[in-house]
Amino acid sequence: MKKYSVFAVAREAMRHHTGWDRAWRDAQPKAKYDVIIIGAGGHGLATAYYLGKNFGITNVAILEKGWLGGGNTGRNTTIIRSNYLQDPSAAIYEKSRSLYETMSQDLNYNVMFSPRGVIMLAQTEHECRGYKRTAHANALQGVPTEWITPARVKELCPIMNIDGPRYPVLGGLWQARGGTARHDAVAWAYARACSDMGMDVIQKCEVTGIRSEGGKVVGVSTNRGDIGCDKLGMVVAGHSGHLAEMAGFRLPMESVALQALVSEPIKPAMDIVVMANTVHGYLSQSDKGEMVIGGGTDGYNNYTQRGSFHHIEETVRALIETFPMLSRLKMLRQWGGIVDVTGDRSPVLSKTPVEGIFINAGWGTGGFKAIPGSGWAMAELMAKGRSPLTDAFGLERFVEGRFIDESVAAGVAH
Amino acid sequence: MLNIHCPNCGITAEETEFHAHGEAHLKRFGPGSSDDQFESYLFMRKNPKGVHFERWRHQNGCGKWFHVARCTMTLEVFASYSAQTYAPPQEVLDIIENKRPGWNAQEDAT
Repeated sequence: MKKYSVFAVAREAMRHHTGWDRAWRDAQPKAKYDVIIIGAGGHGLATAYYLGKNFGITNVAILEKGWLGGGNTGRNTTIIRSNYLQDPSAAIYEKSRSLYETMSQDLNYNVMFSPRGVIMLAQTEHECRGYKRTAHANALQGVPTEWITPARVKELCPIMNIDGPRYPVLGGLWQARGGTARHDAVAWAYARACSDMGMDVIQKCEVTGIRSEGGKVVGVSTNRGDIGCDKLGMVVAGHSGHLAEMAGFRLPMESVALQALVSEPIKPAMDIVVMANTVHGYLSQSDKGEMVIGGGTDGYNNYTQRGSFHHIEETVRALIETFPMLSRLKMLRQWGGIVDVTGDRSPVLSKTPVEGIFINAGWGTGGFKAIPGSGWAMAELMAKGRSPLTDAFGLERFVEGRFIDESVAAGVAH
Repeated sequence: MLNIHCPNCGITAEETEFHAHGEAHLKRFGPGSSDDQFESYLFMRKNPKGVHFERWRHQNGCGKWFHVARCTMTLEVFASYSAQTYAPPQEVLDIIENKRPGWNAQEDAT
């Protein structure tokens, strides 16, 4: 792998950019691997990368039924934060956020991490109390956040109308080192690093069955033939239930469509990320100038990767009271992604009833921010059988009633 | 936008009048059941890609509950039927079989 640097750019500029290699190899499946990861999105690729980097396991294939990063990795609103209420969540999300800080350097790929700061708006008395509690919890967890006043919110985000009348801004939870990153670049960076370690990233390879013998996994069937493995990681977000069915177990998850939309590009107007959970909307401005707006989920099971128009209307209607200038913008496009939501709105990183199969799923509406931390923890779980970061996220928590209840703390906008 | 028929008041309306409440025909396990049965009842869901039987409520209408058979891949609504059933009635299964020949009702309906 050729290193990307300012010298490489200068060298290639001299020879009409003819010397750039493919970022990752277009691999063909082998008969057997030590580890197969299903799903070449951010989480799957990060898992493979940390298996290689932290544990020296490089005989790994990452199978993807579509194209690399074409699922939720390329469909989210790229927000990164770690201001969660519960200790296990704060631990894994803060690990993740801290890995984002140095990701561009670690992977030699510009993922455009921009720690521009994230405000979670409090627009009801309930939210004020909730976010003050979160700020206190974060102080104990070592996650720097603070409770800020409406005046400070206005100072940070002048385009906001804080006076209501329907949704006045009563304060906010501010995480200065939260922000955004370029979502596709995160997938590409991990794919390039995995390929460089000798791993096979195999696209257009759909898993059609999971083969096990005596309760232990031995491989998968795909549209490109059978592939053997000792360990299998399922990292497929919305389609986890479908895969689990192939392996013969059920999951405490349901898949729903979450949607987002972007406006036409405008001049820089907002240099932070704002989340307004009361009105189910969140907003940031991309580097291209588009206002990126995240909406809510449809309330029913859905695999169609598109959301209902009336939810867009609800989201935008509520947001334009707080951001009056949005009412003048044209919206460019709208899309949906299939998210897998668990009963307690927290992810599952766990062993499964089939020996050798591990699952990383249930990130629901908040997966992008967790990519590096989730990969780090999942790799440790797969290599060593347990990880301090995943202990609380096992499937057994649903039997034991040991929930990680973030649904109150995080609301819909996650 | 889904168009849904309420079998209680007989109105067919857009989905904004209704609210979905998840998988239908869950068997309740209470005191005396095993941990696995209770977990299964509370949390485990089929979450199928395809035909899904689910509970809906006519929230901004008559307020009553009913069941809907719907496809999660195409969002096609096959039929609505009474909430006072333990399994999808035969006429609903027939409608689905008509539109999805070879669909395994036996396996998916249980």
